[in-house]
Amino acid sequence: MLPIGWLGRARMGGWLRRAPGSLRGLRHLALGSPAPIGRGYRPPHTDLTVTAEEHVDEERYYQLYPGHIPTSPLQKALLSAGAAFMALYNPYRHDMVAVLGETTGTSALQSLRDKMRHDPEGYQILQERPRIRLSTLDVTGLRGLPDGTFGREYVRFLDSNRVSPDTRMPVKFVDDEELAYVIQRYREVHDLMHTLLGMPTNMLGEIVVKWFEAVQTGLPMCILGAVFGPVRLNARKLQILTTELIPWAVRSGLNASCVLNFYYENRWEQTVESLREEIGILHPPTI
Amino acid sequence: SAKFTPLPKMAASIGAVVCRALHSRRHGKFLSIGRGLFSGARCLVAEGETHFGFQTVSETEKGEKVYHVFESVAKKYDIMNDSMSLGIHRLWKDILLHQMNPYPGTQLLDVAGGTGDIAFRFINYVRSQWEHQIRQKLKSHQNLSWQEISKSYQEEELKLPGGSQVVVCDINKEMLKVGKQKAQHLGYSEGLSWVVGNAEELPFNDSKFDVYTIAFGIRNVTHIDQALQEAYRVLKPGGRFLCLEFSQVNNPLFSRLYDLYSFQVIPVLGEIIAGDWKSYQYLVESIRHFPAQEEFKAMIEDAGFLKVEYRNLTSGIVAIHSGFKL
Repeated sequence: MLPIGWLGRARMGGWLRRAPGSLRGLRHLALGSPAPIGRGYRPPHTDLTVTAEEHVDEERYYQLYPGHIPTSPLQKALLSAGAAFMALYNPYRHDMVAVLGETTGTSALQSLRDKMRHDPEGYQILQERPRIRLSTLDVTGLRGLPDGTFGREYVRFLDSNRVSPDTRMPVKFVDDEELAYVIQRYREVHDLMHTLLGMPTNMLGEIVVKWFEAVQTGLPMCILGAVFGPVRLNARKLQILTTELIPWAVRSGLNASCVLNFYYENRWEQTVESLREEIGILHPPTI
Repeated sequence: SAKFTPLPKMAASIGAVVCRALHSRRHGKFLSIGRGLFSGARCLVAEGETHFGFQTVSETEKGEKVYHVFESVAKKYDIMNDSMSLGIHRLWKDILLHQMNPYPGTQLLDVAGGTGDIAFRFINYVRSQWEHQIRQKLKSHQNLSWQEISKSYQEEELKLPGGSQVVVCDINKEMLKVGKQKAQHLGYSEGLSWVVGNAEELPFNDSKFDVYTIAFGIRNVTHIDQALQEAYRVLKPGGRFLCLEFSQVNNPLFSRLYDLYSFQVIPVLGEIIAGDWKSYQYLVESIRHFPAQEEFKAMIEDAGFLKVEYRNLTSGIVAIHSGFKL
């Protein structure tokens, strides 16, 4: 340890300056060193002078998964407030909704993970970590399936709404590697929920799916989205929403078992009706 | 804004030698400086390596990384500046122009001038100076020359008064693009040119400019000493070097608050406003690595400038360094 490190400001303000979210150490970790399991955030060194030994120490800095940015509790609070404001101010900022979900969702994600662990199919998903991406989906094969099957209807949903499974934001602010996967899975399953609930990607459809997800997952971001989303709707839509769609979504959400406990990639050939029955989603009302 | 392109191999090895020499020099020097301690709190880097924020990267890598940072922040650059500094950066730039005090006819080179903040202020200043001169003459009942009379009748200035010129030079095309759009939007066209160039190898002849400015750009340059030498080269004898840059805060309590704000709030602002955490993390880290006021003054003197002075603004958050080529 260089004696200089003990003098002056380099020591005093150390932890404030050497903030989490620092880019240091990322290069080492990007090369695929095994991620340490555990809490993602820990107050960093008090020093900025680094000797050779400390350099090695820094390599165990916490990037728990690719794209992870460790954040302090203060930063999480600021991010949550800012993201909530920005998401309402500019609804096209989907990344802000994602950030809000990550910073506020820790306890909901933990209970989701526990639900997954206690279910055989959910446990399998946690072990195998499947990802839904265009590169892994056989879209032409799914398109070739008969009408009414889950795979066919999913691709129909993607085509008619002109969305792609690859537009999901990568996870950045969750400080646990397994929970990061859980929220990533939740995001990727969101489109599948649209298909199962029969809702399009317009504002109305998104709100209905948010209500369903809010009941199912308990994520604060879903609850906020469900409650504040309707603010921008006109009276007629609001009426349909409150009289028919929301009660149905809530009832379905309560009736259904945890939607993350289904290995959807193995169920493309299953019909939508039978899958709905298996999960416990009630038949959608006609709009 | 950013400055760098990958250097050819030979220049890189020369650069590395200079860099090593500088580092060892700094190492010996800072043991004796009290406040300047922070400048010593830097990693000992190997040959051919430099800092990118708190990371250690090769010199060629740094240039590319800095380029990418500014490419991605270019569109939100101005709004982020306002948010992060709560608008105070405008005052800093105004103070720089006041210190420069250009007269009509000055040739200004604004390096790392990307979005044109300094250039536009220069144009405004020179125009208002001209109008002030005219008013003075009228007050003291001097006769205006025909040229001055005809100019005052013109609704639009076709040229800048006195033939003043400002060249905005930046290594990053995206930043220049944003600057050009701003110029068009705000109505600046005459006496203004936009050039892509590297601060370490400026595409201008010797002794061309009266004033050289670099505002918030020099800390992104890989070889600061080369940028300073280039500044010396392109200035006319009697020319002035002015640098506005983040520096070290001298008050310990304020410094802690500043650190807290920098590391806790600024990346969050970057994520929320610009959707880019990492670039703003780089920003606050690069500020910590930049030499302190005295050390930078010594570097400027090494490049040959005389009467080098610095002035702290906002308790040392930024400093304006000034030197003359005599």
